Amino acid sequence: MAYTEQDLVTMDSIIARYPRKRSAIMPLLHFTQSRDGFITGEGIELIAKKLDLATAEVSAVSTFYTQYKRKPVGEYHVGVCTNTLCAIMGGDEIFSGLKDHLGIENDGVTADGKVSLEHIECNAACDFAPVVMANWEFYDNQTVQSAKDLVDSMRAGKPKPPTRGPDSLPTWKENSAVLAGLNDGRSAEGVQAGEPSLLGLKISKKGAKG
Amino acid sequence: MTKLMPVLSAHWDEKDSFTMAGYKRHGGYDAAAKALKMEPDAVIQLVKDSGLRGRGGAGFPTGMKWGFIPQGDNKDHYLVVNADESEPGTCKDMPLLLANPHVLLEGMIIASYAIRAKYAFVYVRGEVTHVVRRVQQAIEDAYKAGYLGKNIFGSGVDLELVMHVGAGAYICGEETALLDSLEGFRGQPRLRPPFPAIAGLYARPTVVNNVESIASVPSIIANGAEWFSSMGTEKSKGMTLYSLSGHVQNPGQFEAPLGITLREILELAGGIRPGHQLKFWTPGGSSTPIFTADHLDTPLDYEGVAAAGSMLGTKALQIFDETTCVVRAVLRWSEFYEHESCGKCTPCREGTYWLVQIIQDLENGKGTEADLEKLLDLCDNIMGRSFCALGDGATSPITSSIKYFRDEYIAHVTNQGCPFDPHASTLFAGTKVGA
Repeated sequence: MAYTEQDLVTMDSIIARYPRKRSAIMPLLHFTQSRDGFITGEGIELIAKKLDLATAEVSAVSTFYTQYKRKPVGEYHVGVCTNTLCAIMGGDEIFSGLKDHLGIENDGVTADGKVSLEHIECNAACDFAPVVMANWEFYDNQTVQSAKDLVDSMRAGKPKPPTRGPDSLPTWKENSAVLAGLNDGRSAEGVQAGEPSLLGLKISKKGAKG
Repeated sequence: MTKLMPVLSAHWDEKDSFTMAGYKRHGGYDAAAKALKMEPDAVIQLVKDSGLRGRGGAGFPTGMKWGFIPQGDNKDHYLVVNADESEPGTCKDMPLLLANPHVLLEGMIIASYAIRAKYAFVYVRGEVTHVVRRVQQAIEDAYKAGYLGKNIFGSGVDLELVMHVGAGAYICGEETALLDSLEGFRGQPRLRPPFPAIAGLYARPTVVNNVESIASVPSIIANGAEWFSSMGTEKSKGMTLYSLSGHVQNPGQFEAPLGITLREILELAGGIRPGHQLKFWTPGGSSTPIFTADHLDTPLDYEGVAAAGSMLGTKALQIFDETTCVVRAVLRWSEFYEHESCGKCTPCREGTYWLVQIIQDLENGKGTEADLEKLLDLCDNIMGRSFCALGDGATSPITSSIKYFRDEYIAHVTNQGCPFDPHASTLFAGTKVGA
């Protein structure tokens, strides 16, 4: 897509955060992903121009990191944790269940463009296993059925909200902008902590009273 | 009374714990104001005296790290906080930042002042959008309050604090890879020396600390070094977050003095899930050699875990019961290391590839007993032969699982396949498949 004047101003403001401008390459990649949905040739060229780099240098960085996508993903990108702990607790069954349910493989996108699927590594929520992420928001304590319901809700255009995240699920592009460091004003939404995060604290308080 | 000691997590049960108002209600930012009235060297000394050691895995004394920054060198100094929490099983820094990002910012203000840094970065992993939102908002609110920017707290000191969001690369949790990533390159580790204290970000003196380490600093400034060092064991001082996950009745975060045992934590958590027994566990993430039920009483401090043949690591206690196939568990970790190897060093890049091939064969019943020796030989050729610890970490689950469960590997060979039912280890076991 064509980048607007405002987009270019935003990119300059991202560059201005850093003492040296090359450091802005990662947030700029997140930003172009928020506009294009994935890392496009146009986005690479624009970043290279802004940072006085060769396009090959920008491509080299973008291809190193798995969150920068080389082809379009769904409006809702679903990641199922299949690292050891989540896999064993049910992540493997969830992942294969979703593949069957959606009729797509790993890295696939549904024909309607709504949902894409990826198996992901540990997402730092092991006490909420099995974990599913959507557009990098937490869906904790999933089952095969709850994960199927989740993707169904996405395809129906009314995605269920994350368990620890904003009140409704933003789109892939919207969240890519947040990862570029652009505040969407939704930080106060959702819980401050999930129940497992509070377990030790609660036991401690109970012990102090008793 | 329990052995628990919630300090970092003390107010996570308040709905607005992540806001400026919620943080200020309990004396938030008072420690920074206090520190800014001290001499920077006195702040470093206080943190040294507290005995605080790195909570990211390595356990290096935090105050000593700060003391390595050369002073009066007329160079820019940098503080970089590692919030790239990605070690499998590790899940303490993300809930901390979700519930209370301000305690990290306050710690960063104090640390930056101590090492005379005018620029500080927090490198947050990219797969946690809501954590990113909370950190971003906290930074903006701290700027508005005059705690960041020019003349912070009216002290004449300036500090810029920037959040940098990663993009899905485990290796960037390694401090020199993180610095390369922050400079705008592929995240690959650097040869050390020079260490970051001499040539870190932009080749300038840099301190890289874990989230929990820095978040512990405000409480040390507020309550004193003696308060902190009165908790814990002889060489492992203070409280820390233990993250319990897996086949337990109640998984979650347990903040306790260093040296608590898994038996004690399991008692608090209601034990292993009903009808099952502990089989193996990690003390500090997948890169730390696994333990068994024989280690239930090992003190979970830096020395205790090391003496028992593993590492305290990130205190990520992943618990697996007797339904779990250890070969399957190790295979999945090995696939992780293969995927995340950055490709810089041959032993790690090629070695992790071959490790996966061999363990896959074993799990699928195509292995031989000789494969075990081959695995150990490969591990021997990876361990200590790469720039960073990723390769070392890849060998830990393999060598330790063969040590404790050689018979189970052999059973895969004689059985010509995995003797376990993977469904039995899921949380849905006992219910209809697919339910």
